[in-house]
Amino acid sequence: MQLGPAHPIPALCPDLQKSSELFTLTYGALVTQLCKDYENDEDVNKQLDKMGYNIGVRLIEDFLARSNVGRCHDFRETADVIAKVAFKMYLGITPSITNWSPAGDEFSLILENNPLVDFVELPDNHSSLIYSNLLCGVLRGALEMVQMAVEAKFVQDTLKGDGVTEIRMRFIRRIEDNLPAGEE
Amino acid sequence: MRTRGAGRLLGREGRRMADAVLFEFLHTEMVAELWAQDPDPGPGGQKMSLSVLEGMGFRVGQALGERLPRETLAFREELDALKFLCKDVWAAVFQKQMDSLRTNHQGTYVLQDHSFPLLIRMASGLQYLEEAPKFLAFTCGLLRGTLSTLGIKSLVTASVAALPSSCFPWGMPAWRRQPLTMSWSSGFEHSSRHPHSHGMQARWAGSISTLDREET
Repeated sequence: MQLGPAHPIPALCPDLQKSSELFTLTYGALVTQLCKDYENDEDVNKQLDKMGYNIGVRLIEDFLARSNVGRCHDFRETADVIAKVAFKMYLGITPSITNWSPAGDEFSLILENNPLVDFVELPDNHSSLIYSNLLCGVLRGALEMVQMAVEAKFVQDTLKGDGVTEIRMRFIRRIEDNLPAGEE
Repeated sequence: MRTRGAGRLLGREGRRMADAVLFEFLHTEMVAELWAQDPDPGPGGQKMSLSVLEGMGFRVGQALGERLPRETLAFREELDALKFLCKDVWAAVFQKQMDSLRTNHQGTYVLQDHSFPLLIRMASGLQYLEEAPKFLAFTCGLLRGTLSTLGIKSLVTASVAALPSSCFPWGMPAWRRQPLTMSWSSGFEHSSRHPHSHGMQARWAGSISTLDREET
C-alpha cells in the first residue's frame, strides 16, 4: 500500500473542543452495558460501587496532586474539600453541604444538577437502579486512602422524580495503618 | 483549609484536564470490569469483550458526532472528514491532535498517535503489550461511531508498535527505545465514483508486533 505524504490537519470545529461530555457519555454507555450483563438492578448498583471504589483509590492521588489541599483536621473540613474543590474540579458543580448530624459525623451533599444524568431517563423496568452509584464508590475509595472509612449513599435522585439529588455521607471511623499479622 | 492554586485549576482549562482524567480512569476500570466478567477468556471470549468495548465506544462516538454543528457535517471530501477526526475529535477526547494522517487516496487512511494517552499509564513489559488491544477497542469504536454520524461506514482497528520508553519499572531490562506509535489503518472502498456519495464502504486493518529485548 503506497501512502502519500502526511496531510496537515486544520481546525474545523473549535466548539467541539470545549465540550467535556466524554465522561458522562462513556458513563452512560457503561451503565447501559451493565444493565445488559446483570440480571437485576441491585447487582448493577454493586458493580458501579465497586468500580467507583477502584477509581477512587487512584483518583485521590490525582486530586491531591492537582489541588494542593492540605490535610483535613475534621469531617467538616473534609466536607468542604469534597464539595468545593473535588466536585468542582472533576464535575464542574459545587454541591451544597447540609443536614449535619449533631455529632458532626454525617452530612448531605445536595446536587441541584447532576451532570452524569444529562439526557438520561430511567426506563420503567429499572426503578431500583442507582444510576450514579459510581460516585458513592469513588468517594468511599478516595477517602479510604486518606485514612477515613465512610459510607456514601444516594437518598434522593432527580432521575427518580425527586427535586434534587442528595448523597448522604457518614463517617464510620479513622483507619489506622494495619500491621501484618504476627507483629505488635 | 489551604487551597492555594486550586482557583487556577478550577477554570475551564482545568476542568477539561480533570474531565479527561476522569474518562481515563473510567476507561481503565471498564476494561478491567468487562474482562473480569468472563470466567474463561479464551480466544472467543476475548473477542466478545473486545467487541463489547468497541460497541460502547461506537455509541459514545455517535453521541459525540450528534453534538456537532450541522455545518461541520457537510464535508466536501472524505479527506476533510478524516482531518476533522484527527484534529477536532481527537483533541476533544484526548486533548491532543493525532500526530499524522496519511492516505493512498484510494480509501485507505493511516492515523498515528505517538503518545496515546490510554496506553501511557501501562507499565512496559511484554505481557502488557499483549494487553494493549483491550485498551484500543473503545477508541476504535469511538472513531467508527463519529464517522458513522458523518455518513461514513468504516471498520476501525488499531495496532501498537511499542510501549512508551518512559514507563520502565525498576529492575526491568531496558527496552529498545522507540517512540510509541499507534497506527490506525483505515481502508475505504468507494461504492461509487461520485465524490459526494454517502454510505461508502471502508475497511481498516491492524496488528500487534512484539518488541525485541536487550538486557542492561
